[in-house]
Amino acid sequence: MGRGVVHPVTMDRDELQPLHPNYIKAVRLTTMLLVLPFAIGALALESADSLPRGSFVLPVLLVALYLIFRTPLRRYHARGYQVDADRLRVVRGLIFRSDTVVPFGRVQHIDVQQGPIERLYGLGTLVLHTAGNHNASVSLPGLAHADALAMRDDIRAHVKRETM
Amino acid sequence: MSGSADTASGEWRRTSPLGFLLGAVMNLRHLLLPMVAAFFGTSAERAALYVVPVVLVGVGLTFLLSWVAWRHFHYQIGDSDIRVQRGLLSRTVRSVPYERIHDVTLEQALIPRLFGMVEVKFETGAGGKDELKIQYVTDAEGAALRETVRARKSSKTDTSEAEGVPSEGGSRVLFAMDDRRLLTFGLFEFSLIVFAVLAGATQQFDFLLPFEPWDPEAWMDWLAGSGDWLQAFGFAAQAIGVLLALATLGLVGLVTGLSRTVLRDYRFTLEETPKGLRRRRGLLTRTDVVMPIRRVQALKVTTGIVRRRFGWHGLSVVSLAQDAGAGHHVVIPFARMDEIAPVVEVTGFELPSADLVWQRPSLRHRLDRAALAVVPLAGAAAAAPALNTYLGLGMTAPLMASFAPLLVAIVAGARGYYLWRHDRHAVDARHIYVRRGWLSPKLDIASRIKLQSVEIVRGPLARRRGYADVKLGVAGGTLELVGVPVEEAQQIRVAVLNSITSLDFSRLAG
Repeated sequence: MGRGVVHPVTMDRDELQPLHPNYIKAVRLTTMLLVLPFAIGALALESADSLPRGSFVLPVLLVALYLIFRTPLRRYHARGYQVDADRLRVVRGLIFRSDTVVPFGRVQHIDVQQGPIERLYGLGTLVLHTAGNHNASVSLPGLAHADALAMRDDIRAHVKRETM
Repeated sequence: MSGSADTASGEWRRTSPLGFLLGAVMNLRHLLLPMVAAFFGTSAERAALYVVPVVLVGVGLTFLLSWVAWRHFHYQIGDSDIRVQRGLLSRTVRSVPYERIHDVTLEQALIPRLFGMVEVKFETGAGGKDELKIQYVTDAEGAALRETVRARKSSKTDTSEAEGVPSEGGSRVLFAMDDRRLLTFGLFEFSLIVFAVLAGATQQFDFLLPFEPWDPEAWMDWLAGSGDWLQAFGFAAQAIGVLLALATLGLVGLVTGLSRTVLRDYRFTLEETPKGLRRRRGLLTRTDVVMPIRRVQALKVTTGIVRRRFGWHGLSVVSLAQDAGAGHHVVIPFARMDEIAPVVEVTGFELPSADLVWQRPSLRHRLDRAALAVVPLAGAAAAAPALNTYLGLGMTAPLMASFAPLLVAIVAGARGYYLWRHDRHAVDARHIYVRRGWLSPKLDIASRIKLQSVEIVRGPLARRRGYADVKLGVAGGTLELVGVPVEEAQQIRVAVLNSITSLDFSRLAG
């Protein structure tokens, strides 16, 4: 349990752990739900017959397909994390790449969140809260829910050990 | 460190069943006013037809939602943490280790009090924004919770209080402003805020004015009219008029600055006491703030455009946001650097020493920034006369149109050059120094060990050109190194992380 996930890795630059592959599906489903109103809107405009056939549906469809199939994949590959003995590193972002390290010694409290879509795919989001104004909460989505819970327990155990 | 073995000890508990009724009642209070309005806004028979059912449904929904929330809210007093689980669709489990709980407060609003219910709040260092609270348990349960948490917490730690007491008994004045200094300070606080307030008030109350203040034509007429009238007096009189107007402006600015400063900083005193830095100031409302020195996270040395030329600076401390609203306190508003230095020493920080090695941000970063500002403006300057000719816009002074953007472009270029010459950062064994800014440069001093997190951010341009921003988490403030070469950013991160991980938060915050 848990131990499989949290093996100590050295702070090597590129040795990032990928997220759970289900993360791609979850992001796809979320995107679909977001795109849905626009698709309906395009269909409605199309039925008004004001412009040549397809001038609303086609662009919307192309953009939607890109957002649904390509972006989640790129997002997945852009994300990663690394758990060391005393710190968590979270890498994210397609255009603005951000690479955050939170030492466990600075964690105030820990959330494990699970939205409806995440629950469908057995995923969870780990959120670490720190006292800093910047990066007050660092979230790591797309973990298997059990792994998120195990990481939470390890971080909490670390906090306890440090203060003994 | 067995993962979840120690969590089994405490069982999951619900809040009091009365809690959901109370929650619903508390939420209904917000609906009360619209409901009353709806009742009085409609006639009797309509009220019976529409308003009553809508209100009933609203009340019913509130109770239902409150019940669902209550049903799915669980808390657990574990061996090493408190956990709260909530949510039906989105589930969140929050875990707060006892070591991080500073205090437990019991809050009783009026209605819950009638039923003997309390809200339990657990305060952590997270600065009040995202705290853990358990809404509505019985008085006895609340008190028991508080006792349990305090007991667990004190059995875990508490070496922190004893070592926090400074050896000195009495207090010592570190800095005080006499009236002369106060007046000098007031002169430098020159402010035209009155005009901003007036403009704002005009916008609010323009319907009361006899003319249209936001209609340019009305102004033109008005000016043209009085212009004619002024013309009669000749050039000298006009010049005198302009001078008088400027003098009035200056006088208003000075008086505003002086009075604001005197009101705020009258008899400013900073003392070192066993409890920390104590600041007293103010003429009409005198404030008295004590900042524990252990809580100080970072320092800021500030200055202004003009006062800098005369060698005046100020000092602020950034502290854990808990003590009083803002986590940022002025401890010296206006002083010479040699008056600031002893205070910096008292806080346990250091001003940059003479042999400190300063680093510049990446030259590419500076060039990119300058180019982003200058190129569009220069383009606009070049395009303006051409557009005028080809499109026949009929501008009266096409050269003027290109002159303005050109001027701004030159200023932007000069600013870029100045920042390249003066923006600096330095990392020594204990501190990080960041000096930034053009007209009123600021110096930030942060203690490496007291930082909370490190982030490296790179935008599209930064990735191509090999630089990065380093954002450091400071409790109560922000600290950023902008446009640092990537290798250096990574080195800084490794160094800072090594400092941070050497000491746990609980021994830091006091």
